[in-house]
Amino acid sequence: MGKRTVLYDTHVAMGAKVVDFAGFDMPLHYGSQIEEHHQVRLHAGIFDVSHMMVVDVLGTGARDYLRYLLANDIDKMAHRGSALYSCMLNEQGGVIDDLIVYFIDSQHYRVVLNAGSAQKDLQWMESHVNHYALGLQRRDDLAILAVQGPETLALLTALNNPFITDIIHTIARFECAESDDLFITRTGYTGEDGFELIVPNNRVVALWQQLCAAGFKPCGLGARDTLRLEAGYNLYGQDMDESTSPLCSNLAWTVALQPQERLFIGKSALLAEKERGVTQQLVGLVLADKGVLRSHQRVVLADGREGVTTSGSFAPTLGQSIALARIPKGDYKECEVIIRDKAHKANIVKPPFVPFNSSKNS
Amino acid sequence: MNTLPQELRYTTTHEWVRIENDTATIGITEHAQSLLGDLVYVDLPPVKKGLAVGDDAAVVESVKAAADVYSPVDGEVIEVNAALNDKPELINQDPYGAGWLFKVKLVGELPLSLLSAADYEAMLNEE
Repeated sequence: MGKRTVLYDTHVAMGAKVVDFAGFDMPLHYGSQIEEHHQVRLHAGIFDVSHMMVVDVLGTGARDYLRYLLANDIDKMAHRGSALYSCMLNEQGGVIDDLIVYFIDSQHYRVVLNAGSAQKDLQWMESHVNHYALGLQRRDDLAILAVQGPETLALLTALNNPFITDIIHTIARFECAESDDLFITRTGYTGEDGFELIVPNNRVVALWQQLCAAGFKPCGLGARDTLRLEAGYNLYGQDMDESTSPLCSNLAWTVALQPQERLFIGKSALLAEKERGVTQQLVGLVLADKGVLRSHQRVVLADGREGVTTSGSFAPTLGQSIALARIPKGDYKECEVIIRDKAHKANIVKPPFVPFNSSKNS
Repeated sequence: MNTLPQELRYTTTHEWVRIENDTATIGITEHAQSLLGDLVYVDLPPVKKGLAVGDDAAVVESVKAAADVYSPVDGEVIEVNAALNDKPELINQDPYGAGWLFKVKLVGELPLSLLSAADYEAMLNEE
């Protein structure tokens, strides 16, 4: 038996097929992964993502610490109630994890870490506190729900919950706000507009049930994976890890090399990598033939050079198979992917495969 | 657990076989489709391909995973279920009917390894 979120019994009662994910017993789907995928693209779905870890960074040293710890610059967040996506790097420029950091106030930032890397992340973060005046507070008392899809805003508006209904209209994409004991962020991992609700464990079951009654359909981690892949979002541990830098992971845009005087862990390694020339890139593949791309398949380019797929799946919105692949730098338009010893033609594209879908009435 | 069709024979790798005279129709079981989840692609063998017991005969792929289908019998492929090329979800919806995979003209004796419905059910209950 793995670790369980507070909602475990609720998932089982709703018919979830439960699988192990990063040591947690989590819902894979509640009947059909493909239907849940379409539900989020076309309507609205709800995910339990409480396996992710919330850590609060508290103290006068929080800003300076995070500017040293993270490859993106938290000073890009212009005002309180902003959010920023960043990688946390090792000294070699490899990715320890990717995360979102929230700016609550000048002495309070919040980070949300991937479940599979949370323990090592926390150790890494603790080992770099050093002289900074701050404390790290692991918030195991909090659960996280993600409500995602084009009908999300309308359903939350109709919810008639004063703590949610009023505040969601005041936060734009990559912003956050606190309301009562809810922490609401306009972020997600699906390529759709939506919110993530960070909520005390003792309130999450009632909130989940209220949201389901309002029309959000429960969705499992299976749909979450196909949605994020279509949206071109990397998955930590598959598409990048400690041996790959953001520069060869389609994440150069998340690295703030300016201002020059800001030092951060991994910066010198990234500058050296740029100086030598980045040799690899993470690209999107769309399979032209029938079949299904998976991770770890060989990719062969016209000039004989090779790469490898890092994530692959059938894409329900496209009705085709797609993948992310790490290949040598170069201007390639197509490739062959070796599936069970047979070569299949694929087109090389720049992710996302499905463009971000903003809510019409936002 | 739904009751298994009693007239079929089964394998430890979750294929089913329907024997009619010298023809065997082969598919994957309800249990197998439920483990795989939504199927999105099926790679069927070419007609006339010779198969021995245990040979890789087909591949079924769900959103989540790919699974080999092994031939439960010796023989030659005489027909494949072409409807699955456009509608692989037939396997999820009707694994023992419209979701059949391929038919084989049997050669020689039926292998002793084939399980009765009762034996297959007992095996599933042990898992």
